[in-house]
Amino acid sequence: METIITVENGNTLAALQGFLKQLLEHGIVDAIVAPLRTPSGTVTPALVTRSELLNAADPLAPVLTGNSATLAGKLSVREPRARVGVVLRSCEIRALVELVKMQQASLDSLTLIALDCAGTYHVPVFQEMAQKGEALWQNLYKNAAEQPEQSDENLRAACKICEQPVYENAPIKIKLLGSDLNQEIHLELPDELGAQLEYSPATENGRQNVVEKIITARTTARDAAFTEIRARLEGEEGVAGVFAACIRCHNCMNVCPICYCKTCVFKSQVFDHEPMQFVEWAKQKGAYRLPSDTMLFHLTRLNHMGLSCVGCGMCTEVCPVELPVGMVFRAIGQRLQATFEYAPGRNIDEQLPLITFKADEWTEVGE
Amino acid sequence: MTENNFEPRIIAFLCNWCTYTGADLAGTSRLQYPPNVRIIRLMCSGAVDPIYVLKADLAGADGILIGGCHPGDCHYQEGNYKARRRVVALKEILKDAGFDESRVWLRWISASEGTLFADTIREMTAAMKELGPNPLKEQWAV
Ligand code: SF4
Ligand code: SF4
Ligand code: FES
Repeated sequence: METIITVENGNTLAALQGFLKQLLEHGIVDAIVAPLRTPSGTVTPALVTRSELLNAADPLAPVLTGNSATLAGKLSVREPRARVGVVLRSCEIRALVELVKMQQASLDSLTLIALDCAGTYHVPVFQEMAQKGEALWQNLYKNAAEQPEQSDENLRAACKICEQPVYENAPIKIKLLGSDLNQEIHLELPDELGAQLEYSPATENGRQNVVEKIITARTTARDAAFTEIRARLEGEEGVAGVFAACIRCHNCMNVCPICYCKTCVFKSQVFDHEPMQFVEWAKQKGAYRLPSDTMLFHLTRLNHMGLSCVGCGMCTEVCPVELPVGMVFRAIGQRLQATFEYAPGRNIDEQLPLITFKADEWTEVGE
Repeated sequence: MTENNFEPRIIAFLCNWCTYTGADLAGTSRLQYPPNVRIIRLMCSGAVDPIYVLKADLAGADGILIGGCHPGDCHYQEGNYKARRRVVALKEILKDAGFDESRVWLRWISASEGTLFADTIREMTAAMKELGPNPLKEQWAV
């Protein structure tokens, strides 16, 4: 059911915290995962069991220190498990749905609380802005609603082109778009839960319209960004040029919510070749790039997880040499996903394309 | 012309139960086919991780052949069907990354089809000659 929490004295955050506290206090969940303000002023996800600590919860802080799908997976993958409410943005839920398909998470014990997202900042950018006391989320949600085509230059590249700012298929939705957040927050809850918490039904706000406008603007931005990166990939520079500065630190893989394998070949000793083997290869090409197998790393990762890439951009976020990893993965991922008519995170019942098949497809590929 | 002198190198990942045996049959039947192919035996076409194909391609192999049992005949029921999907994905990624995906072939050749194996190698060698050397052979930064 659609309902409204009233914001008192313009304190939107307190209203939101109040709702999360209710979930704990009424025993709807045993714990809640939400971003918490630290005493030093930054934000980090935490698993909260004591409701007064939710006074530090700040789901509105426009920053993603990691894709929390990974955390939700760790909290749900095995029995016994507690009932945990997880406050997540759209890209995090989509990654979580992929993890469920990969049997790295379970929705049985999780209550998804989907937060409408207006975009996030790179962590250091966020910290700097926050220290200056700027009204970060207030401006973001206002601008997203009023002039969606004018994206905030400081947002992460992934967010500027994110055409899935809301996740509709969650049991609890915190509908931040389309209302004056100084007055009220729209919520969508399962009917029984709404009744239990004694909320009264409300009519929908102008969210749909705002969401559509954002999607249109972001899709345009996305297509422009894809055209740009594809021109680089297909042109003189090529994929090797785009990744020329890669030091194969694996940061991009380590933060990727989709890359869960514990025995990843790139973390093994497979590429610790014999010293003379390197020399052999150097002789073949005249020179051999070191660290070796960098292109192999990226192309293999694309093959292994590209169909499930949700475009959260966490990989770009952590790349020490600031390569557009996420943009490459999204642009290639988009074509790959289109080939298999697959949208990662859309629907839990859609099978991962590479574990299924039809007998009579692509007959021209294998002859 | 140098083009004509170019001898492509083809790496073939062959399923033990069908194409590898087919290649063996071609040999024991003394069928003539170009010596351009290096064969790697695997237990199923479904065991060919894209990383093998990529490693060969990036190292400069001119052609990469994956050979499996005909649809419906895989000893592990569905390995070849899944291999086909992986090859579709791999080719899409190669193309999008700016590489020539036509260097990667997937073929179904059974244990009794020695002639088809020899024909396939002949056909692929000719096609790769036509295509010219894999440019990645010369690119140290890849
Ligand atoms: S994070 Fe950047 S430098 Fe490190 S492996 Fe990924 S692309 Fe390369
Ligand atoms: S590859 Fe990058 S953008 Fe895609 S899911 Fe992984 S971290 Fe997110
Ligand atoms: S056993 Fe030959 S393709 Fe699977």
